[in-house]
Amino acid sequence: MNKKSVVQAMMLATALSAPFAMAADKPVVGLITKTNTNPFFVKMREGAQQKADAMGIELRTFSGKFDGDNQSQVQAVENLISAGAKGILITPSDPAGIVPAIDRAREAGLLVIALDTPLSPATAADATFATDNFKAGEMIGQWAAATLGDKAATAKIAMLDLNSSQITVDVARDQGFLKGFGIDLNDPDRIGDETDPRIVGNDVTSGAEEGGRRAMENMLQKDPGINVVYTINEPAAAGAYEALKSAGRADDVLIVSVDGGCPGVENVKDGVIGATSMQFPLRMASMGVDAILKFAQTGEKPQATEGLDFVNTGVELITDKPVSHIDARSSSEGLSMCWG
Amino acid sequence: MADSSTLKTTQTADHELVAASAGGEVASFEKETLSFVEKTHRFFHANPTAAPAIVLLLAVIAFSMIIGDRFLHPFNMSLILQQVTIIGILGIAQTLIILTAGIDLSVGAIMVLTSVIMGKMAIDVGLPPEIALLAGIAAGAIAGYINGILVTLFRLPPFIVTLGTWNIFFALNLWYSKSETIRSQAIEQTAPLLHWTGHTIELFGAKLTYGSLLMLALFALIWYALNWTAWGKHVYATGDDPGAASLAGIRTNRILMSVYIVAGAICAIGAWALIGRIGSVSPQAGMTANLDSITAVVIGGCSLFGGRGSIFGTLIGALVVGVFRNGLALAGVDVLWQEFTVGLLIIVAVGMDQWIRKV
Amino acid sequence: MNNSKSTVLQARGLVKRYGHVTALDGADFDLYPGEILAVIGDNGAGKSSLIKALSGALVPDRGTVKLDNETVNFKSPMDARNAGIETVYQNLAVAPSLDIADNLYLGREQLRPGILGKVFRMLDKKAMHDNARQKLSELGLLTIQNINQAVETLSGGQRQGVAVARSAAFAKHVVIMDEPTAALGVKESRRVLNLIKDVRDRGLSVVLISHNMPHVFEVADRIHIHRLGKRHAVIKPDTHTMSEAVAIMTGAMDPHEHAAGAFAV
Repeated sequence: MNKKSVVQAMMLATALSAPFAMAADKPVVGLITKTNTNPFFVKMREGAQQKADAMGIELRTFSGKFDGDNQSQVQAVENLISAGAKGILITPSDPAGIVPAIDRAREAGLLVIALDTPLSPATAADATFATDNFKAGEMIGQWAAATLGDKAATAKIAMLDLNSSQITVDVARDQGFLKGFGIDLNDPDRIGDETDPRIVGNDVTSGAEEGGRRAMENMLQKDPGINVVYTINEPAAAGAYEALKSAGRADDVLIVSVDGGCPGVENVKDGVIGATSMQFPLRMASMGVDAILKFAQTGEKPQATEGLDFVNTGVELITDKPVSHIDARSSSEGLSMCWG
Repeated sequence: MADSSTLKTTQTADHELVAASAGGEVASFEKETLSFVEKTHRFFHANPTAAPAIVLLLAVIAFSMIIGDRFLHPFNMSLILQQVTIIGILGIAQTLIILTAGIDLSVGAIMVLTSVIMGKMAIDVGLPPEIALLAGIAAGAIAGYINGILVTLFRLPPFIVTLGTWNIFFALNLWYSKSETIRSQAIEQTAPLLHWTGHTIELFGAKLTYGSLLMLALFALIWYALNWTAWGKHVYATGDDPGAASLAGIRTNRILMSVYIVAGAICAIGAWALIGRIGSVSPQAGMTANLDSITAVVIGGCSLFGGRGSIFGTLIGALVVGVFRNGLALAGVDVLWQEFTVGLLIIVAVGMDQWIRKV
Repeated sequence: MNNSKSTVLQARGLVKRYGHVTALDGADFDLYPGEILAVIGDNGAGKSSLIKALSGALVPDRGTVKLDNETVNFKSPMDARNAGIETVYQNLAVAPSLDIADNLYLGREQLRPGILGKVFRMLDKKAMHDNARQKLSELGLLTIQNINQAVETLSGGQRQGVAVARSAAFAKHVVIMDEPTAALGVKESRRVLNLIKDVRDRGLSVVLISHNMPHVFEVADRIHIHRLGKRHAVIKPDTHTMSEAVAIMTGAMDPHEHAAGAFAV
């Protein structure tokens, strides 16, 4: 009786493992995103899937349950190692916390590419494919300063950041904007230590509409004369706009943002957002899949963009009010390239 | 047999002896002087909203001294009211659930899901905005009904049930919305009714949104229902001791069910207020609303063990959080200290509750 | 057994089995108007099953219950309540955080007359409070100062008073009290015993379940002794001593051997 059931179980196991054995003929690439809810990551997954289908690669996708969910990402890395994946594309939720798991993956011979957010240290991954967030901020900063012209010297700026943890993306965009606007950064790795009187203050938005609105309302209470608003992303910008509209200030305040999501680009078209820096999650992922396939075939690792410590996946300024010296695309062009 | 007859005599003798000597103590009890701590305890026991109200008052006084007139200006006061509108409305739903000794982790997810339903019905399906709004409220009631069925019929703990439905409603939200935002401009053109809660009236320099007035009206309505109808008394009794309540003839399952349905519908009204406030319909909104609503209820002095608390306590609790966030922001204090303060308030509030509940 | 007197509440041949356990094995029961009938019995004798069958908390497998000589079939405690049988449960079934008046009217609140009550379902708090105050004073419970006081601020005896007052206020025929003095001190027990007599003096019939022999012998008019799932004997406090009652209850004495007989009426 017992023997019989053991045999049955073995037969069942063999039968079940058959499809996996077949699938293993295709190289496996893993994609681990922070969450599966944010359209940015949805688009990223889409880009990776398209590329994988075209190249005959099996893509396995994982994500954390929420932004900051390191546990799920560690599990995903472990699963991919045991699945014999060729490489991993990851947007780390906890750039330092994930490193031990990444080390194990690299020891097992996988190529690990960080997407969007670098690991800490960045060298823990074989390569980082990301938007140059500092550049993205710098572009909207330059655009805002050029648009204001002489009035830039007396501007009153509200800085609507992500949260209080000073994470890399948040810092890079914030500091990039200030540099582009022509403000002395003090420590370029720290938000909020600037002494320039043009900055009214920093507040956090969680990168969402409600947070953007509340932060903008409180900022206007601090100084009703605000005329430039930097926002970490477009949902925060949309929330800030609602606050300005309610205060009757919708038309005389310049809002700039970063992201390039389709609703954001539409808002550029409607004049809600003055300019936004578009990033390219789809390209990020598809370049990543390419790199892993190349590594699997030739053993060659991707090289960082010159002058940077990561592979720049590009950033474009989207605005309908272009200024000289800064390359920009119109919102109509932007709509054909946007994500989410 | 001899034993039991001696038992009889001693028992009666003891009984009468003690009864005779007991008379004096009853009278003296009335005159007993209470220590300051005991008096304070009795006061807070009789007035559960007193503690949060005092905290609110002290916070307002402190911030007006630190920040000055700008803080006390009617506009800033109305701004705080606007900023607590969403959490206040969800807090009403949460209070009802917590009064029945439950907890609802799904309020935020119900709100986001119903806001997406309202937006999609009006913009994508093209229904009249009134119908879209009603569809959203009906969806909220159904979501509450599902929670209620699981809690009453299947006797599952509310914490687990709503932890599950939180995930389910949120997944449905992402699926139905395809993670896409419906922009403010699209809503303004096709379904301005959904923005109605964002419209304002000015009063002595204060700017009140219809959304905040709606919130205050809901507080008044639920206060009436809890204090002036049999249903309200039954909600309290059910939360206090469900066994005793059902022996007293209350159909506790029916009460629980009605509470979950009403809470779901209130969350949908919260969705309407949310659309008015942020302009757009965003499937990413309301991520922290669950815990924020529980925070408001707890700071408002509602007991997590059920049966104790006042609906206005929740309004005060939401305002306390709003005043601290606004005040600290105006004072230029780093955001992490806002979180720190709210955390402190929660612990103090729960500590107070533990102390007050002792009789 | 004498059936010439008419009963308020009567049961014949009640049977209740839970699997192999027989809780009621053909139990009889008679309660006459205006009397206090104590029910005593060893643990496991089936007295709580008997009480549950009479108060609607349990549906017997066999047997009949008659209220005022009419056969009744209680499916729930609510049925019994509606028929005029009120029960004071051992855990009192009060909501501690509600006030005294709320508790008195819990489950049968009074609405305001007119549109306020019909449409807005508004409670008539004033009438309920006035009535509550009146009921309590009738029962000599006016030492409770404030009718708006939460029940949890009351002493054990006062809570018992509230529960008894609730039953007495709404009972049309019978009040069943399950161990009303079990959790009380001597002083408070005394008050509750007086309360029970008051209820009887107001014309209601009282069924008192108790383990406390002195209390039973003090207030009961008759004592129903339950043993092995059926009525074993009915005695009177003036014909039997406490030790004889205990002996009958435990099976040490045959009730028929007593001079007063096994079934007092």
